[in-house]
Amino acid sequence: MDTQSILLAVGLMAALGLVLSTILAVANSKLHVYEDPRINQVDGLLPGANCGACGVPGCHAFAEKVVSGEMSPGLCTVSSEDARENIAELLGVDVGGEDKRVARLACAGGTNVARQRARYVGVETCRSANLVAGGGKGCAWGCLGLADCMVVCDFNAIVMSPEGLPVVDEDLCTACGDCVDICPKDLFSIQSVNNRLWVACANEAFGDEAENECEVACTACARCAADAPVGVVEMLRNLPRVDYSRNDETSEKAIQRCPTGAIVWLSPRRGLIKGREAKPIVRQTPLPLG
Amino acid sequence: MSGFSMADIPVLRHLSPVRSFPHGIHPPEEKDATRSLPIRRFPFAPFLVLLLSQHAGRPARPVVREGQEVARGQPVAEADGFVSVPIHAPASGIIRKVGHALDMDGRMAPAIVLEPYPGSDQLVAWGKDRDPDSMSPREIVGAIRDMGMVGLGGAAFPAHVKFTPPEGRVIDTLIINAAECEPYLTADHRVMLEMPEKVLLGTSLIQKALKASRALIAIEDNKPDAIARMREALAEFQSGNGAGNMEVRVCRTKYPQGAEKMLTKALLNREIPSGGLPADIGVMVSNVTTASEIGTLLPRGQGLIERVITITGRGVERPGNYLMPIGTPLSFILEQVGMKGQAREVLFGGPMMGKAVAFVETPITKGISGIVVMEEEELPRKSRVYPCIRCGECINVCPMYLNPSTLGQLARKNRFDEMAESLNLFDCFECGCCSYVCPANIPLVQSFRLSKAVVRERMAAK
Repeated sequence: MDTQSILLAVGLMAALGLVLSTILAVANSKLHVYEDPRINQVDGLLPGANCGACGVPGCHAFAEKVVSGEMSPGLCTVSSEDARENIAELLGVDVGGEDKRVARLACAGGTNVARQRARYVGVETCRSANLVAGGGKGCAWGCLGLADCMVVCDFNAIVMSPEGLPVVDEDLCTACGDCVDICPKDLFSIQSVNNRLWVACANEAFGDEAENECEVACTACARCAADAPVGVVEMLRNLPRVDYSRNDETSEKAIQRCPTGAIVWLSPRRGLIKGREAKPIVRQTPLPLG
Repeated sequence: MSGFSMADIPVLRHLSPVRSFPHGIHPPEEKDATRSLPIRRFPFAPFLVLLLSQHAGRPARPVVREGQEVARGQPVAEADGFVSVPIHAPASGIIRKVGHALDMDGRMAPAIVLEPYPGSDQLVAWGKDRDPDSMSPREIVGAIRDMGMVGLGGAAFPAHVKFTPPEGRVIDTLIINAAECEPYLTADHRVMLEMPEKVLLGTSLIQKALKASRALIAIEDNKPDAIARMREALAEFQSGNGAGNMEVRVCRTKYPQGAEKMLTKALLNREIPSGGLPADIGVMVSNVTTASEIGTLLPRGQGLIERVITITGRGVERPGNYLMPIGTPLSFILEQVGMKGQAREVLFGGPMMGKAVAFVETPITKGISGIVVMEEEELPRKSRVYPCIRCGECINVCPMYLNPSTLGQLARKNRFDEMAESLNLFDCFECGCCSYVCPANIPLVQSFRLSKAVVRERMAAK
């Protein structure tokens, strides 16, 4: 092979490279799509969980919305307080968003207070058990305690208590809503941490019919509705419903006369508080079957 | 079970005089306990709980108020829309509550509670005699709706809706399903032995309503006495009024022979298309007890207030076939028939497709054909679930030619949409053959039930 053909090949490749790179350079400037560099910066500050709790599919999409000003950084419930503030600082906007929101369970019927009428044998998940005569718990609305929510939680925010009820760690909870979706009894809901007055029961039966199945069931006596400011607590389908838009009017007064302790006050310092007249629960072992 | 038959050899299958379908299983029949026991009336319970939603479709609407007196047979709730049926009082008494009660699925469902008078007798005061011969097909369907009839085989689908085939569909064959392939149950068997003329009258009425040219009564070959009795009665019936083209056909004892898709395949060698109805291929399948009840009630213009139920299983002291008032609570039934101490599980329906019951308050509904009370040793307690070894046993028995093995794997990974889209999850009718044969104890049917529920929920949310 002579030197000339080698040079020719090298020269041709060089020329080809030059022509193509020119085309690329021209295309780069003509067809350039400007993307705000802040989007990637914000994306970098987000947790990258892609959980969808903010209502947008994925963190990058959320970053776009935040930069364009459609959403505020505070809507990312998974980020830490600091991360949200950093984003706000970067963009020069308010943190915005709402109060911290967490998942709460509308049931307090653990194995020590709620009757189990039949033993379920089969796939150990709530959703499967619910298909077999509702799971066999005396209260048709109550928590089955097979921990589907604990398994589905990506943030390890749910642990099962010795009484077989899920307990939400409010610091770890990101309000992503996975537990809300998976619970076959629809007992979880996403609530603002400032919603202090909480009805920990979903039993729609009345009086003894409810209390016979569970010691801490709401009997629909409506004392809480009577003791709260007019209209803040209303009875609906045998359960009190709290109007959380009037949170500043709620107080511990509403829970004091509750005979079963179904309505509770979630104090930021003292934790869960039951009313003065709520019957004490001393039993710690499971109730016998039947 | 006769050990060997020609149908076991593929080449000879079409030569066999006894018809069947491919795949399926042969569980122990366990029918001896009640097979020879005549149907007996059951007493009225102190309270009857009439669920307003004991049929598929919209719940019925109550037409009585608390404290009202009702006569046996009087309507207490009316149909709410087309896919709904009325409900009649099974006993004379007082309406104690119009509210909610526990249903079979453990939910509080709308219900009427009736307290029968202690002296309430068996006489049905309500209803007007009708001459079925002079009724037009349309009138027959109307009368079937008014009697609150549903498919008594278990699905409880309103009968009048079923007997109104979609526009443009011609039904050429009516199949009366008397296979009773579920183990333990003998209610249909006893109905054929004790009231064959009612079965035939009901069949001819349904046939007339559908304008079907022929009717086939399909019976499994484990009921030779019922086959003989029906043939005898048929000869008599046809010589009497010369009605219709009817025939008693024998099919092989195999589970799930009584599923409408299997029965159609066995008798006519026609296949119901995936996602379709028997009406799509000109067939209608109806349970034999539905036919006998129509034959009994339609000429009298009465409503469905009781049905034949087999109560059996080793956990019961006095098993039998009983004419049970609708709404009788399970607790009263167990009190009457006696429950042994070792009894562990109560099933509504048969052991293959029935549902486990958790509450003794659960009342009898129109769709329940049997109650099986099982003892611990009768239960196939599956000690431990092993991983799937892909032995293919489930594929060999699935009558719908599905792949339960792969479906089960996907269900474990929560890939429900894939199951529905590419593996025909919704063709599964939950017969339980796959779970029955699985050597790894994988709860296949339960996972399919769950998968279907999840997919349906997702579709509804869209």
